[in-house]
Amino acid sequence: MKFISKQRKTAAAICAFLSIFGCAAAGNLYLPAHVEAAGYTVQEKNPVNLMPINRAKFLKGQRFDLQVEVKGVANNFKVTVDGVDAEKYFGKTGTVKTADGVTVYCISDVAFTKAGDVKVEAVADGKKNVANYTVTDAKAKKKAKNVILFVGDGMSLQAREMARILSKGLSDGKYNDLLNMEKMDHMAVITTSGYDSLVTDSANSASAYATGHKSVNNAMGVYANSTKDPFDDPKVENIIELVKRTKGMATGIVSTSNITDATPAAMLSHTRRRAEQNFIAETMTEDYHRPDVIMGGGSRHFIPMDTPGSKRKDNVNVVEKFQDLGYTFSGNRTELLNTPADEDKILGLYQLDNMNVYIDRAMLKNPKVLGGFNDQPGLVEMTERAIDTLSKNENGFFLMVEGACVDKQLHVMDWQRAAYDNIELDQAVGVAQKFAAENGNDTLIIVVADHAHGASITGTYHELDGKTGREAVRTYAAAGWPTFEDRDGDGYPDNPDPDVTLAVHFANHPDTNIDYKFKQVPTAPAIMAGDKAIANPNLKGEFAPGNIPYKESQEVHSADDVLLNAMGPGSEYFNGVMDNTEVFFGMVRALGIDGTKNAK
Amino acid sequence: MKNLLRSFLLSLLLLAAGMFTAADLPLKAVHCEPPFLCSRAEAAISMTFDEMYAGVSSLGITFSDKLKNAEGQTVQMAGFMAPPLTPTINFFVLTREPMSICPFCSTDADWPADIVVVQLTEPVVALPFDRPISVTGTLELGTEVDAETGFVSLVRIQAQSLEAL
Ligand SMILES: [Zn+2]
Repeated sequence: MKFISKQRKTAAAICAFLSIFGCAAAGNLYLPAHVEAAGYTVQEKNPVNLMPINRAKFLKGQRFDLQVEVKGVANNFKVTVDGVDAEKYFGKTGTVKTADGVTVYCISDVAFTKAGDVKVEAVADGKKNVANYTVTDAKAKKKAKNVILFVGDGMSLQAREMARILSKGLSDGKYNDLLNMEKMDHMAVITTSGYDSLVTDSANSASAYATGHKSVNNAMGVYANSTKDPFDDPKVENIIELVKRTKGMATGIVSTSNITDATPAAMLSHTRRRAEQNFIAETMTEDYHRPDVIMGGGSRHFIPMDTPGSKRKDNVNVVEKFQDLGYTFSGNRTELLNTPADEDKILGLYQLDNMNVYIDRAMLKNPKVLGGFNDQPGLVEMTERAIDTLSKNENGFFLMVEGACVDKQLHVMDWQRAAYDNIELDQAVGVAQKFAAENGNDTLIIVVADHAHGASITGTYHELDGKTGREAVRTYAAAGWPTFEDRDGDGYPDNPDPDVTLAVHFANHPDTNIDYKFKQVPTAPAIMAGDKAIANPNLKGEFAPGNIPYKESQEVHSADDVLLNAMGPGSEYFNGVMDNTEVFFGMVRALGIDGTKNAK
Repeated sequence: MKNLLRSFLLSLLLLAAGMFTAADLPLKAVHCEPPFLCSRAEAAISMTFDEMYAGVSSLGITFSDKLKNAEGQTVQMAGFMAPPLTPTINFFVLTREPMSICPFCSTDADWPADIVVVQLTEPVVALPFDRPISVTGTLELGTEVDAETGFVSLVRIQAQSLEAL
C-alpha cells in the first residue's frame, strides 16, 4: 500500500470525472482540497502506549516485539489480535516490568504469518488503544538476486545539484552530463519524518529503510518505550537479519563515517540511543546480524580501553573477536589492497574516528588535517572490494554503502567538501552499475538520501571586480557560470576554489562568519561559549546571525523531502511520493523474501 | 582610583565572558600566584598537542618519548577549555581547537582523540572557551575512568595553575 493511496484513488476518480475540463488542471485544483476533506486532527497521546504503532506495516514473517506501556504500576494488561488473546495468538507468554515510572507488558519475538490487515487492541487500567496494521508478502515478478542500497547522508536535491555542477558542468545552458545516480530508470520523492517528529536524524531515517517501521530520533531498529534502558525497547527485525535468516545471503556495510554511526549501524542493530557505539561495535560480532564485510572509520569503538585512542569503557578487543571469527582485518589502504582476493570476510577500519573527506584525503593531504592517517582507502575502492567479496555468495548479497560526509560537511557549512564527497558517492554508484551490467542485471540498486539540509544555490560568487561579501554574490543574469574545471577528467574539479564559485546559502544555521570561499583547513562555523554557540573567530567574512536556537552550534537537518533513484529488478516499485519505510518494502519485494522461512 | 576603575572593567569583562557567578570567583586557582607557583611554572616542560603522539594507526595511538618522559613531572600546555557541564568544575577537557560541539550534551558529538583532562584540586569557575588558556601541572598517563561521570581519560594534568592567555 502506498502513501495516502486511498485519497489518491478518490482524487483519480474525480480527475476522471472532470477530464472533460482538462485533467491536469483539475487534478492540481482538486487533489489538495480532497485530501483536506479527508480531515486530520492533532493527535493526542494515548495513555496506553501500544508498540508497534498504529498504521505500522510488516513483511509477513518479520520478527518483532509487541509492547504495551502505561504510566505507573499496572498488571492488568489485556491485549488481543483480531479479537484473539495475544498470548494465545502468538503462542507466547508476556512479561511485565516496572521501571522509571512506567509499566511495560512485552510479548517478544513474534511475527504475523498471514498477509492482510490486523487489528490489535490493548487495554490497561481500563484505558484502551487500538492499532491497525498491514502485513504484506508482495513479491516482484522479476526478482533481484542482490540489493545495493546507497545512502547519501543529508544528500538533498540541492546537494546533488552542487555535485552535478562541479562534476559535469554546463554548456549552452545544458548539463554536459548527469550524475550516475541520475541516470536510473525510476525515481521517487521520499518523505522522511519519524513517528516522533517532523524532522529526523540519521538513525531514525536509516531505521525506516532497514526495517520498514518508523522510529524516533536517535533510535534504530526499535520503537521507543519510556524506560531509561536503551536496550529494552521493542525491536523489529531489520534487512540484514532478514536476508541472512531467510536466504543465507551475504551482507555488508561500508561508510566513510564511524562504522558504528547511525546509518550503517541501523542496518543491523537495535537501540534507543545511537550514541551506544561501543555496544554497536560488539553486537556486530553476533551471528544473526553479523555483516560479512564491514568497512569504514571508527576503530576507536573496536579497540580495548587500555589502548590509547580507544573510546571503549571495557577491555573487549572487538577487532580480535572478528579475527577469531575468520575475518581479515585491514587498518589502512595498503592492507586492504593486500587482502587476498579469496577472503570472504573483511573488517576494515581506516581511522580512529570518521574517515577524512575526499578533498583532504585525496587532494590536499595536509598532515595536520589527516592527523597521521595518510593511507585511507576511498569510498569507491571500498565499494569495489565489498562487491567483489560479497558476490561470491551464491544466495546473493545485500550491501549498504553510505556517503556519510555529505551530511557531516553540510553540518559545518562546508558545501565544497560535501560536493566532492557527493561526487565520490556517485562514482561508487558507478561501480555498482558496472557490476550489475556485467552480471546479468539481477541487482537492484537504490540511491537515496536520508534527510535534507538547508543549503541552496543562490548564484555565483566572485571578487573579480573588487566587490566582496554579499555585494559579490551574483544573482540572476549576473550569476553567469562558475569556473570549475575538470581537465584531468577524473570527475572532480581540479580546484575547489576557482575564480567564480557557487554562492551557497544555508537556511538554518548558528551565528557564523561567511566569506563564500573554500576553506583550506576544515573549520567549524561556530564554537561553544558556555551554553551558546558563537561565530568561530577563526572564520573570516561577514557576520551572519544565526536563526536557530543558540545551543545549536551546527547547521541542522531540514524536513525537506528527498529523492530516491533506482534501477534493476524491483525498481519499478519506486515512483511518486512515498513514505521512507517503503524503501524497505521495495527491497524485500525485489528479493522475494518469505519472512516465515527459517523462523527460530 | 585608577586601580578601582581597572578592576571594575575587569569584572565587567569577566561578567561578559560568563565567568562570574553568585559565588566568589576563586581567583587564586585561576591566576598564577607568585612566587611559589610561578617558580614551579618556570621549571615546567612545555608540551604542545603536536608533540604528544609518536604514531597513530587505527589500532591505536603511540605516546611520544617526550610525553612518556614527562610523566610525573610538571608540564605546561596551551589549549582551549571545552565547555563543561556546570559553571563550577572539578575537571575539564583541554582541546587543541575550541570545541564546536559539546560532547557532554549532544549524543551525536564526540571528543577528538587528542584531548587532555585537567584535574583541579579545588573547583573553579570556567574560563572563556573561545580564547586559549595555559595549564601547568603534573602529567599523568594511562587509562582512568572518572567515577562520577564515567569519562575515560588517557592523558591528564593535575593542575597547579590555570591562566587565560
Ligand atoms: Zn546529520
